[in-house]
Amino acid sequence: MATETRRLADVSPELALRMYAQMRRIRTFEERVNELYRAAKMPGLAHLYIGQEAVAVGVCEALTQQDYITSTHRGHGHCLAKGADVDRMFCELLGKEEGYCRGKGGSMHIADHENGNLGANAIVGGSAGIATGAAFSAKARGTDHVAVCFFGEGALGQGVLYEVMNMASLWKLPVVYVCENNLYSEYTHYSETTAGEIAARPAAFGIPVEEVDGQDVRAVYSAAGRAVARARSGDGPSFLLCNTYRFHGHHVGDVDRAYYRSQDEETEWSGDRDPLQIMADRLVAEGLADAETLTQIENEVGDEVAAGVEHALAAPFPDPSEVDEHVHP
Amino acid sequence: MSIPSVDEPVTSGAREISLAQAVNEALAEELRRDPTVFVIGEDVAEAGTPFKVLSGLVDEFGPQRVLDSPISEAGITGIGLGAAMTGMRPVVDIMFGDFMTLVMDQVVNQAAKVHYMSGGRLKAPLTVRTTLGATRRSAAQHSQSLHAWVAHIPGLKVALPATPYDAKGLLKSAIRDDSPVVVFEDKMMFATKGPVPEEEYTLPFGVADVKREGEDVTLVATSSMVYVALEAAEELAREGVSAEVVDPRTLVPLDRETIVGSAAKTGRAIVLDEGHQSYGASAEIAAVIGEGAFFHLDAPVTRAGAMDVPIPFSPVLEDQTVPTPESVFELVKSLVGKA
Repeated sequence: MATETRRLADVSPELALRMYAQMRRIRTFEERVNELYRAAKMPGLAHLYIGQEAVAVGVCEALTQQDYITSTHRGHGHCLAKGADVDRMFCELLGKEEGYCRGKGGSMHIADHENGNLGANAIVGGSAGIATGAAFSAKARGTDHVAVCFFGEGALGQGVLYEVMNMASLWKLPVVYVCENNLYSEYTHYSETTAGEIAARPAAFGIPVEEVDGQDVRAVYSAAGRAVARARSGDGPSFLLCNTYRFHGHHVGDVDRAYYRSQDEETEWSGDRDPLQIMADRLVAEGLADAETLTQIENEVGDEVAAGVEHALAAPFPDPSEVDEHVHP
Repeated sequence: MSIPSVDEPVTSGAREISLAQAVNEALAEELRRDPTVFVIGEDVAEAGTPFKVLSGLVDEFGPQRVLDSPISEAGITGIGLGAAMTGMRPVVDIMFGDFMTLVMDQVVNQAAKVHYMSGGRLKAPLTVRTTLGATRRSAAQHSQSLHAWVAHIPGLKVALPATPYDAKGLLKSAIRDDSPVVVFEDKMMFATKGPVPEEEYTLPFGVADVKREGEDVTLVATSSMVYVALEAAEELAREGVSAEVVDPRTLVPLDRETIVGSAAKTGRAIVLDEGHQSYGASAEIAAVIGEGAFFHLDAPVTRAGAMDVPIPFSPVLEDQTVPTPESVFELVKSLVGKA
């Protein structure tokens, strides 16, 4: 499949570098999140997106700023890929006033409506209705906007997903369902929870399915472009099945994982199937970047993320009186 | 159930229409004035719902704005929410209040929290219309009154209209409200007629309506229980007991001032609500009265709701489960010491 998608992917050198930089931004962001957690500087937990960066970046690069996304508990990557600002992301993770939700949402609820992000969601499958409704609204209001619903394969267990896929197909709604199969629903391999073929489920509703290597950002971008074009032209929903891997645990505290997956498996993915390394190798092989360019991107992103952390650590908390603000508009 | 006439202060000279017609008019007017309003639900279009409340709407507004959906309550509520978050004002029709159980994640975890969780940056002007009420011989899964469930959740508003006038005015306000609102209509009252003005109006949330003035005892009654209270009050008047009937009209926000003021005036209060009596809306209202009018009370605040049993089918069983004018009459008599 990799050979075929490489041939199909039509990516300009600028976009290729931009996608690499976006993936690097997410990777570095998440590494700092992990450090903040381990240093007990961040309240609560976080679910790291490391390993899956190509999915968020490949899909979001196929969207406009006005297009909608909904995200998941593992949502930092989606938010950043859709244009969120690193400073305000860190501020939200630390519960600061300047955060996207004024400290009321935290890691699992970042919403950024200026960039079309209708919110991460801590209920598995919980945003399927919202994304489909945004697509309904985009169509009813006569816009050409598209909605993307990101979810993990764990959401395949939730009934509401099938309710809304049925209506999306019936009413030809401009929505793209992006299933990130990172193999594990929390601590359980998906094969233990998923009967039949995943791709057969959307197909049963007449929704076209494309299975894609989720570690290959250009393949994801290419497939997302087809699905988005189909939605935008009024032909209805699509389903992208992105095969990927969660390099870290379910959340930052999930460090002893031997009881549900092997070290060999983790090493195989992080060694051979790292989406950043795959893209970096391609950029060099195709003469689009040299080692120096990649190091420069890494340094720039590193500086940006480090500054974001510093900014957020120093930023003020919301005034305690805000606790009962925003219950109602 | 015989329905006493209800005094409506601002509707003198108005025509009389049924509660179903009032709801239909409210939706038609809002669909007409605001292109972002749409109605979605099971059999809402040509069928006009099993209760025929929405008859004719699809003829005027078309199937794009009055949409028949699959039997997917959670799905249509989720789609309504997503549309609400992106510039529309959906009215999601949940045929029976019992089916609120199927939409609770969309309503409670999603809609109620959108505005707060986003630090005020997103809003969800979603209206969910559904029903409550027993005595229709529909048994345990089509007879519940589950409004207390949603009233418990911060971020939601809850309306319980009891008259055609209130049903129309509150529904129009619900659709225009930027918060998610759940409107419960008593399915036994759809045919109930009452005065409704020809001219357009809306009713504010959080403003109770004193449906009957009195001096000796306050009956705080919601939805179906308003008529039970009014009928009991009529009987009590013949016995020389003057009962005041206060209809909160919205549970969230709740007009504490009017409720507490009435209880403080009469010195006795009974709260009537068709939800199950334990842990229900009546408990909350009773607590509000206890806290706000304690030094004016001559008797403990009591309450009456549906029995704490699943609603049974057989009429001889079902009729025992909800308060009646007779049971309320007896309750008041025991409370005022004139039994």
